[in-house]
Amino acid sequence: MRKLAITVALASLSFSASAETIQERAAPCLACHGERGSSETENTPSLGGQQAPYALIQLFMFREKLRTFEPMNEMAKPLTDDDLRAFSDFIASLPKPAAPKDAGDAARMARGEGLAKQNRCNTCHNTDYSGKDNVPRIANQREDYLAKTLAEYKDNSRHGYDATMADVMGAIPKEQIADLAYYVAHVR
Amino acid sequence: MMRHSSASRSLLLAGAFFGAFTLSAIAQQPASPPAAGAAPTAAPLPPGSPMIGRPDNEAAAKLAPVAPPPLPSAPDKLPLAKLKVPAGFNIEVYAAGMANARSLAQGDKGTVFVGSRLVDKVYAIVNKDGKRSVKVIASGLYRPNGVAFKDGTLYIAELSQVSKIDKIEDVLDNPPKPTVIYDKLPKDEAHGWKFIAIGPDNKLYVPVGQPGNNVLHDDAHGQIRRMNLDGSGAEVYALGVRNSVGFDWNPENKQMYFTDNGRDWLSETVPEDELNRVTKAGEDFGAPFCYQGNIIDQELGWGKNCKDYTAPVGLMGPHTAALGMRFYTGSQFPKAYKNAIFIARHGSWNKSQKQGGDVVVVKLNKDGTVKSMEPFLTGFLEDNKYVGRPVDVMLLKDGSMLVSDDWNGAVYRITYGKPKVAAQ
Repeated sequence: MRKLAITVALASLSFSASAETIQERAAPCLACHGERGSSETENTPSLGGQQAPYALIQLFMFREKLRTFEPMNEMAKPLTDDDLRAFSDFIASLPKPAAPKDAGDAARMARGEGLAKQNRCNTCHNTDYSGKDNVPRIANQREDYLAKTLAEYKDNSRHGYDATMADVMGAIPKEQIADLAYYVAHVR
Repeated sequence: MMRHSSASRSLLLAGAFFGAFTLSAIAQQPASPPAAGAAPTAAPLPPGSPMIGRPDNEAAAKLAPVAPPPLPSAPDKLPLAKLKVPAGFNIEVYAAGMANARSLAQGDKGTVFVGSRLVDKVYAIVNKDGKRSVKVIASGLYRPNGVAFKDGTLYIAELSQVSKIDKIEDVLDNPPKPTVIYDKLPKDEAHGWKFIAIGPDNKLYVPVGQPGNNVLHDDAHGQIRRMNLDGSGAEVYALGVRNSVGFDWNPENKQMYFTDNGRDWLSETVPEDELNRVTKAGEDFGAPFCYQGNIIDQELGWGKNCKDYTAPVGLMGPHTAALGMRFYTGSQFPKAYKNAIFIARHGSWNKSQKQGGDVVVVKLNKDGTVKSMEPFLTGFLEDNKYVGRPVDVMLLKDGSMLVSDDWNGAVYRITYGKPKVAAQ
């Protein structure tokens, strides 16, 4: 199902004409990332409310293959610099993902909160985890995507734009990733 | 390792600073516990965390490393009109459109090579038949920050290896892939990118930063190595180096001078970045135990004494990120600049009021110590925000100076005297 969605997405992106509105051009993106920017696809991030400078960096990295994920590398390949700017501004304008309806398991939330505070995630990601500039919004991001991303920063299989997250994750044991991701995904 | 709450850390900080610094430095220390209503004090940070030392307050929570925009600025969007140089000097755009332009090196035939840190490319600014153009001569590299040139060969330093392209200026249109000459280097991201240069001893100098903000490490980090130009015979040349991203040799006595960046989160005012001088191989410059020659680290410095390490010859300002530097050996600038050091300060992030983001000129006394430091190129910092960030400086053969700007992906040229129309 997901493969099909990506194939459809790729096909539609490559035929997009510049006369289309950004909403129309972004339809293939939202096929995986969620109609209103809140993803319901496994391991695929919500984009809504993302910081535009961060989104621009990621789209640039996909286009330049500095960040490797083939479907995104293909999607970004034909994009011009102005396209990258237009898509990142559009992403930022989508509504931010909502907190899950359930408050989350109290014990896991407490553990996760302790870890997030201990590691000062709020230094760069902001006190409400909404991010700032080149630092992404992580509040209510998909839990599976957060856990996957933290693990990839930890073993450096995902190269950050700069060294910051590799540096931070170097000091955080991999056993703590699940609780951190759970907390950030559920934070209110 | 000793651990303590942030409140007791503040006390320790105040104690450690007492007597060592001016009253204003003490006054800047976090004095109060977290504001009422804040969550209970968090658990101590894990060892090696880059956040160690960060106080739990609102001002500190506003600070984060500043990343440049990924797309280079269009030539007409560069901040040229905002940049200021001393009377009699001129500044112009030399080349633009090079995402994340960082370290600079000059070829024998006038090509300027430009490394990058956040993208995978090395660029060449080519001067041919009076025309200047930019080419990508290598891509798919990993954080290729460092470039050096000698006898026709370009040396490129990635995060964990050094490679070369022979006769590069003859093959600019179709350069071969770089050949690796040295890869016995750690792979840490933190302070893993490298500045490189070739010394008067014809050796290649390669720094290996400390793998974190303020960390203990093994024998493979925190140093500057030197090696033969084929990568053989590597040895440690300087120790106690936290993160040097610039060095050059005094043309008068061939001593190496290098910049070194001080740790984050100690305070708004200290430690200052260092300008160091190596007088003999094997000297230890103190990090992470002693910073700026007179601060014993609050955490790792217990049982250590600054007297056991070589003190810097100059202090470059707190968190200012003093990076690329060159002695001025040209003849175009006035005599007062002869053999002075031009140093690019990339600019701070770990400071409420940003500092640096300029090129300064350091003049030396006859004995090689620092006589003065003054601003030379300013204007990159506007309303506490960067409109550009200088990384490296380099002299062209005519004695004019190039300055790279990784924020805008551009290189500027500074000349002295009546402006000449630059060749296009």
